[in-house]
Amino acid sequence: MKKIATLLLSAGLVATATQVLASTPEEDLQKFRAYFQEKFPGLKLDDFGNGAYALDENKRLQWESMEEFPPYEEFVDKGREIWEKPFKNGKSFADCFGPDPSKVRVRYPHWDPETKEVVTLEGDINKCLKENGEKPFKWKKGPIAWLSAFFGYEARGQKINVEIPNDPDAIKAYEHGRHFFYAKRGQLNMACADCHVKYPGHFIRGNLLSPALGHVTHFPVYRAKWAKKSKDGDGLGTLHRRYGGCNKQVRARPFKAQSKVYRDLEFFHQYMSNGLTINAPGYRE
Amino acid sequence: MTKAKQRFSALAGSLVLLTGLLAATQAQAADDAIAAGKKIAFDRKKGNCLACHQIEGGTLMGNIGPPLMAMKYRFPDKAKLRAQIWDATRNNPRTIMPPFGKHRILSEKEIDLVTEFIHSL
Repeated sequence: MKKIATLLLSAGLVATATQVLASTPEEDLQKFRAYFQEKFPGLKLDDFGNGAYALDENKRLQWESMEEFPPYEEFVDKGREIWEKPFKNGKSFADCFGPDPSKVRVRYPHWDPETKEVVTLEGDINKCLKENGEKPFKWKKGPIAWLSAFFGYEARGQKINVEIPNDPDAIKAYEHGRHFFYAKRGQLNMACADCHVKYPGHFIRGNLLSPALGHVTHFPVYRAKWAKKSKDGDGLGTLHRRYGGCNKQVRARPFKAQSKVYRDLEFFHQYMSNGLTINAPGYRE
Repeated sequence: MTKAKQRFSALAGSLVLLTGLLAATQAQAADDAIAAGKKIAFDRKKGNCLACHQIEGGTLMGNIGPPLMAMKYRFPDKAKLRAQIWDATRNNPRTIMPPFGKHRILSEKEIDLVTEFIHSL
């Protein structure tokens, strides 16, 4: 009798506690997934990792032909070389990340309760370099993207599994990212959610809009558009590179790669693709 | 014909000619405005209307907004159309359509011209 009373009482307390918060990350995730699955009933959950190519047959055929001899392979190999090459002090990235490169990607992004910050893969790559007396990489492309692509490639087949601990500061960071995603910005007054939640599957000029579910599984991404700009045909770029680009496209001032704003955004953005399979790096036009 | 009558018919004749010329000039001006408006609407860096709307004469058109046709039926009051272009968020605060006037994406003159063009569709 006493047990049942205690159980009922604590259940009542829990019920009131959760009513104070508008919705938990878990509830947001379920709603997010359900929304996209309802919008695109023909797609399996993992299909979303292929973005716009899952939505259009013609584009899919073009993309599949690119994935046969993927242009990103040489840069993944460059990433592997960076992983294997020791630092001047004799240590290497394995001393920071552990000996198995396939176990790295899935740990990111995560919440650091000591620094009270969202930690990203690129962030820890440069942290490792600095701690070992090496010059940190630039944030958006080049070696950092190659190494991140290598980690992603090695982790293919694993499922995204971002954890948001029941810590008010972690949830605050998640909410900050979520608000950013849904807020309008820029001279063009657009939110990430406008194109990627409201209108995926529609065309903006000649481009097909991708759904936000599955957005991050294939990052760092190899974009043909970036390859054309690069002297070496290097189209690889990080998630924060794309965040900046998208912000610029709606004529909003971009934030710095790895700034708190973009790290909190990534925290929300990757969490929303929990359970989807990593297929990095991906080819995109 | 008396001289008075001659002068009168000459005056009447020139008035008719002038009115005709005026009408023609106005029609030409209206056509010029529509053409100028189309140029702004189709310009990717200006109106970029084709990003979201299907418009006759356009290519690679988006389908985020409704196709722009039968505009005089949909907007009998041209001023309402101009207001929608100027700030679409007044009708729908969550619209994806940029507020071309409110956010000064286009100048007032450019919005006048675009309105002429869109209203002609």
